[in-house]
Amino acid sequence: MALEELYREVILDHYRNPRNRGRLDSPDATAQGVNPMCGDELNIQLKFSDGLVNEVAVEGQGCSISQSSASMMTEAIKGKTREEIDELVSKFRTMMSLDDSDDPGLDPERPGSVLGDIEALQGVRKYPVRIKCASLGWNTLLEALNSKS
Amino acid sequence: MSDLSHLKADFPVLDSGVHFLDSGASSQKPIPVLEAMDHFARTSYANVHRGAYKLSVASTEAYEAARNRVATFINAATPDEVVFTRGATTALNTVAFGWGLEHLAQGDRILATEMEHHANLVPWQMVAKRTGAQLDHVSITDDYRFDMDDYESKIGPDVEVVAVTGMSNVLGTMPDIPAIARIAHGHGARVVVDAAQLVPHAGVDVQTLGADFVAFSSHKMLGPTGIGVLWGRMDALEETEPFEGGGEMIADVTLHDATWAAIPHRFEAGTPPIIEAVGLHAAIDYLESIGMDRIFKHDQELTAIALERLGDVPGLSIQGPTDLENRGGVVSMAMEGVHAHDLATILDEGGVAVRAGHHCAKPLMRKLGVAATARASFYVYNEEADIDALVAGLRRAGELFGVS
Repeated sequence: MALEELYREVILDHYRNPRNRGRLDSPDATAQGVNPMCGDELNIQLKFSDGLVNEVAVEGQGCSISQSSASMMTEAIKGKTREEIDELVSKFRTMMSLDDSDDPGLDPERPGSVLGDIEALQGVRKYPVRIKCASLGWNTLLEALNSKS
Repeated sequence: MSDLSHLKADFPVLDSGVHFLDSGASSQKPIPVLEAMDHFARTSYANVHRGAYKLSVASTEAYEAARNRVATFINAATPDEVVFTRGATTALNTVAFGWGLEHLAQGDRILATEMEHHANLVPWQMVAKRTGAQLDHVSITDDYRFDMDDYESKIGPDVEVVAVTGMSNVLGTMPDIPAIARIAHGHGARVVVDAAQLVPHAGVDVQTLGADFVAFSSHKMLGPTGIGVLWGRMDALEETEPFEGGGEMIADVTLHDATWAAIPHRFEAGTPPIIEAVGLHAAIDYLESIGMDRIFKHDQELTAIALERLGDVPGLSIQGPTDLENRGGVVSMAMEGVHAHDLATILDEGGVAVRAGHHCAKPLMRKLGVAATARASFYVYNEEADIDALVAGLRRAGELFGVS
């Protein structure tokens, strides 16, 4: 059933218990993202050390897809370089833009999986109006990273 | 239950089986409206008020017949008080910019309400900034009504205009416009009513309503998009400057100056929505063949059923009055632990179309303490089965998200 594919347990878990929630003292980079049509809001703060993201915090409110996607993203980017993060963003965007006919059957357990739990969001593809919810955190992250450099 | 189920077959979109509960955003179109526009475009279409040829005369007659039809529908003193606009939003902007820029200055106040749609709020913000006038807002009460006490405390001789909704698109609340207008007029203020929800669902008699300007859209009342109405009492329209310049709205033009055509044409710059006017005419015929009283009663009966059944759904709260007095068929809801967009997606899987979001009323959402609501709104083609599907979908959402 499609709804169970969209609202997978890992998504609901991140929605109910978002990771890295809150604010940082003196962040190195910050950005705010809004989906004006639906009202999803995110504020992302980053701290860097030796070229790596070593702290990230998110505040915001919105639907389960926007908030869980941002929560999973914070776990995925910690300790990563800018290049590694760019690769994650690129993989995420590719996942969101695939159509069913070229569904690669992404599996978080498969060797070489970069996105891990985030692949649970692939069910969003079947709901085109919700893709912008899933993408909000990632677009805001890029804004924060670009504001720093 | 007033049975309007025979009407559903007139709406081809509903053949898909969709439970369409988003008429507050825009209504579906019945076959007589579609056919009237099609027939007119095939047989009588040309530009209006321009040509001496027969087609243009026929087109002009159809366009002006639509104006006459609107005038009788709302009981205007004369069809000249009926201005065709692009929609309710343009109608309200015509008042804000055409009337407001002329009559507002520093020291004056504009009084709106906390429950206004952005269309009756943002234009006033823009005009307040340009003129130096101050924008104030009447509160809503804890039971989601227009706060008459707050209104009486805020109205005063410096208030030049009161901008108020006839029926809230979020709450269903119907403020007592005649009472509000009496008080406003006692202080020399003009009254502008956003009737985008009121006219389609309850109709208006502008003689008893008491307002100076009334704005509404065709597309929310079974007619096409692209046309709406600004009704103004003649003395109020005479105080209003054209908001757009162009063809059709002039009496004479030199290289440096122009004089205006008569009211209402001076407010209709450019080629108007002619086919759409014919569609609006047919929509009014259709609505009146049912009867506005019967339509309002039908909406209220569905609202009563919905309020009762939704009260049993775990975790669900309703944003709006729970008693039906002066309340339209709009039900906003929020489920604890499930965001409105998730509700809308889950409902859509069950074939139920609702609006989720801030409903172009962000200040009201902040006041209600919710970021977004899901909204079901009823119209002539809805029936109890639509509410069954709504309730089933909401329960499914609760199960998926573990709401108890």
